[in-house]
Amino acid sequence: MIPYSFTYRRAGSIADAEQLFADSGDAKFLAGGQTLIPTMKQRLASPAELIDISEIAELSFVRADAESLAIGAGTKHAAVANSGQVRRLIPALAELAETIGDPAVRHMGTLGGSLANNDPAADYPAATLALGASIRTTRRVIEADNFFIGMFSTALEDGEIIIDVTFPVAELAGYAKFPNPASRYALAGVFVARTKSGVRVAVTGAGPSVFRLPEMESALERDFSPDALTGKSVPSADLNSDIHATAEYRAHLVAVMARRAVAAALDRH
Amino acid sequence: MAVLSMTVNSKPVSAEAEDRTLLVYFLREQLQLTGTHIGCDTSQCGACVVHVNGQAVKSCTMFAAQAQDAQVTTIEGLAKDGKLHPVQEAFREHHGLQCGFCTPGMIMTAVDMIRRKPALDRPAIRAELEGNICRCTGYHNIVSAIEAAAKRMAGAAP
Repeated sequence: MIPYSFTYRRAGSIADAEQLFADSGDAKFLAGGQTLIPTMKQRLASPAELIDISEIAELSFVRADAESLAIGAGTKHAAVANSGQVRRLIPALAELAETIGDPAVRHMGTLGGSLANNDPAADYPAATLALGASIRTTRRVIEADNFFIGMFSTALEDGEIIIDVTFPVAELAGYAKFPNPASRYALAGVFVARTKSGVRVAVTGAGPSVFRLPEMESALERDFSPDALTGKSVPSADLNSDIHATAEYRAHLVAVMARRAVAAALDRH
Repeated sequence: MAVLSMTVNSKPVSAEAEDRTLLVYFLREQLQLTGTHIGCDTSQCGACVVHVNGQAVKSCTMFAAQAQDAQVTTIEGLAKDGKLHPVQEAFREHHGLQCGFCTPGMIMTAVDMIRRKPALDRPAIRAELEGNICRCTGYHNIVSAIEAAAKRMAGAAP
């Protein structure tokens, strides 16, 4: 499959990427390309220009202090999965990164690319929302609660680039997903985190965009255990139905994955 | 159109290509390196896996322009001085193929996983093969071949 014609440009720095974007009429940023390139091959996207930001060194890093972990938007999934700092401070985040796609995809795909694309079944949005992360861009800082707007839609403006994401270090965190047996994308994935600001539960794969479950959050505030979620159901009204799973089945999976995520979080302690 | 330059199988190469040219087409059509296969063309089957700067990637999901100045290794670059790479040798010994279509990608993925994870057991090998599909379903011998190669290569290392 061959995409429509476009002009390729490689940015050497963030400033360079912004300048190239300003000079162009219709450009898209290319990070890892593991979603954008297949989309272009199917001719569902046809930007006139691609600005490759994958070689920008200042976007690829992991920095830690006692309270938080900052990860550059250009950091590849494999680098997050193998980072000693991520494994030590938020092991659930490293484990999540290790379940994205396959090894070859993890050598290319990036944290920022996943968030900017906001695929309804992507993994990183669940961790970002559950940990209450902050997304720093070339223009501002966006809190996770305000970042994910809807299916493939975020608060990012045209030409705005994610620089890094700061994840608060969690006291407890776990991720559980039920992958589609063929595509391996999450039919339902739940990230549970207890940080200084409380317990948050975020769901991916089940609805049009990642979302939180306040009722489960308050139950886990009282008692952080899988049993605290027994009998807690998830309304199926706004969930996705497709050939892979009905909304009712996804609702059931969300409740099961939430209990497994809590168990995974506790397992580590 | 632009002239792309990269190092493929330790040789510098330059060829003209449209910006939209995928790396797999650049390798197969411009450079005539047809060992890298196009299977699904949708990033799922892994028949097109090559190494770019030492890491396994799906060459159907990368533009050739992204590999400008990079070091690329394809299946044709594994054998040295007429001697098969230990992973190729192990696939031959263990009959790690049936029709052979997926084999180049399987071997490039195997070399990459052995580099990253020298201690590989069978479940780990199967997990690492997540992005490679053998439509003959010949996984059993593929896993045996990779297991044997990993052991041999660990033994050979100082």
